[in-house]
Amino acid sequence: MLDLQDLYQEVIVDHNKHPRNFHRMEDANRTAEGFNPLCGDRLNVYMKVVDGVIQDVSFEASGCAISVASASMMTQQVKGKTEQEADTLFRSFQDMVTADADTPVDAGQVGKLAALAGVRRFPMRIKCATLCWHTLKAAQAQKPQAATTE
Amino acid sequence: MTRDHGSAAHGLTSALNIEHVRDDFPILNQQIYGKPLAYLDNAATTQKPCHVIDAIKYYYEHDNANVHRGVHQLSERATRAYEGAREKVRKFINAGSTREIVFVRGATEAINLVAGSYGQLTVCAGDRIVVSEMEHHSNIVPWQLLCERTGATLSVIPMNDKGELILDGLNEIIDDRTRLVAVGHVSNSLGTVNPVNRIIETAHAKGVPVLLDGAQATAHISVDVQALDVDFYVFSAHKMYGPTGIGALYAREKLLRDMPPYQGGGDMISMVTFDKTLYNELPFKFEAGTPNIAGAIGLGAAIDYLTSIGLNRIARHEHELLQYATEKALTIPDLRIVGTAQHKVSILSFLLEGIHPHDIGTILDHQGIAIRTGHHCAMPVMTHFGVAATARASFAIYNTYQEIDRLFDALNEVRKVFR
Ligand SMILES: Cc1ncc(COP(=O)(O)O)c(C=O)c1O
Repeated sequence: MLDLQDLYQEVIVDHNKHPRNFHRMEDANRTAEGFNPLCGDRLNVYMKVVDGVIQDVSFEASGCAISVASASMMTQQVKGKTEQEADTLFRSFQDMVTADADTPVDAGQVGKLAALAGVRRFPMRIKCATLCWHTLKAAQAQKPQAATTE
Repeated sequence: MTRDHGSAAHGLTSALNIEHVRDDFPILNQQIYGKPLAYLDNAATTQKPCHVIDAIKYYYEHDNANVHRGVHQLSERATRAYEGAREKVRKFINAGSTREIVFVRGATEAINLVAGSYGQLTVCAGDRIVVSEMEHHSNIVPWQLLCERTGATLSVIPMNDKGELILDGLNEIIDDRTRLVAVGHVSNSLGTVNPVNRIIETAHAKGVPVLLDGAQATAHISVDVQALDVDFYVFSAHKMYGPTGIGALYAREKLLRDMPPYQGGGDMISMVTFDKTLYNELPFKFEAGTPNIAGAIGLGAAIDYLTSIGLNRIARHEHELLQYATEKALTIPDLRIVGTAQHKVSILSFLLEGIHPHDIGTILDHQGIAIRTGHHCAMPVMTHFGVAATARASFAIYNTYQEIDRLFDALNEVRKVFR
């Protein structure tokens, strides 16, 4: 059960129950829709990017606790960052959730996102945690099609 | 070659001896996260009894050869075993002849075969194929592909909020441009047993043939294709205690005779020159290439196993489990059962308010309980109920009341995590 407590930490359950930045953004200049075909999770990411800086970011989603919490935490973390910084964070996050279970988590790299490290013990759930990031990237690139985790 | 678990071991009239049955399934005897495995994902695939595992092992250790093409001993034995399995399938669904039994990879391939071959023969622009709102994607997408190729369209028999088909308008839905009605015998996402007799009668009154997707039926309901008077019946071995990668298509002989081959290759021909090819007789015309011989033998062993226990007894046991689980489910205030049809097999789809099915599935897994979560390859059903996914527990011959108790204890744990 320890793994499980790791996965469903209080902070994750809380973000799921009360997702931050959870709304549509009418004046977004970048948006994308993400879809996880395995579970049917859907997610919309909205961004306002000015001069390479993510001035605002929000999302809407229907999905599991992991995907909603991950998206909620992501929006908090990338707001105010440059697109490049967001990219770096995505890479660190992805490294963290796909690492071997006993690799230490570098909180200096991922900050509060470290709460999601427990996902690495649940290979079937990694995509739930990364869907929002793939969608964010798709929004940055303004890809017209839905982003998927595939 | 296999252990004797025939009528003597299980007794034909008595209730099932579940401990005996469980002993037949080696995989059940294991721990997941330190808890005994409770396998409640049987609608996805069932576990395999040692009868099936042993039959496949025996075949590879003693009889393996290619079929229908050698004069040597092994080829003869392999052919006899393979064709023996076909006879078992014939008898199992009471088809008139083994010429009407085509071995395929499973229900999906069988439907694709009919859509490709029968579709090519009969469907033109403006025609219609009728399916239902509760179909598995494998009984939707092959017809959509056919529609794309031909310019035909799909019509859909709707369902009500209990997950039962609404047949009031069936006479209008099946119109004079309808070329085929393709519906599930049993729904995988809801457990509903559909009123297939009435559907077949209505379709036949208009001269329209019917395909039944029996993927979720054959492990629970005894099927008689002649009594049903059905035109096509498809199923997969792996959902009825047999191996993956094998299944069967039943089709009326006169339909199969007119249908063009589905794939070309060896085994499906009787003579080939570069000018012309003569197709083999039925059912071999539809079995191009070396078939899944071991799989067919495994399916035959699964049928032997099912019939040795008796589908009636299996159905009774599963029905009691479903009833027990349903009663327990009704006592949980924030649990909603999805699929409350009057006639159901042992499938319990449900939602816990405010908790995503995937989170339920992960937490249950940590208790050693395997259920399915997701859209169950039936997204239109999810759309009907306004959800993206459900959690689904599905019970089989070897499941117990204790396992259901554990399921509901674990669901209470889930509720605690998200409280
Ligand atoms: C109702 C129904 N039809 C068709 C299928 C497809 O079966 P298979 O994947 O074995 O071809 C399934 C399996 O999930 C099913 O439940």
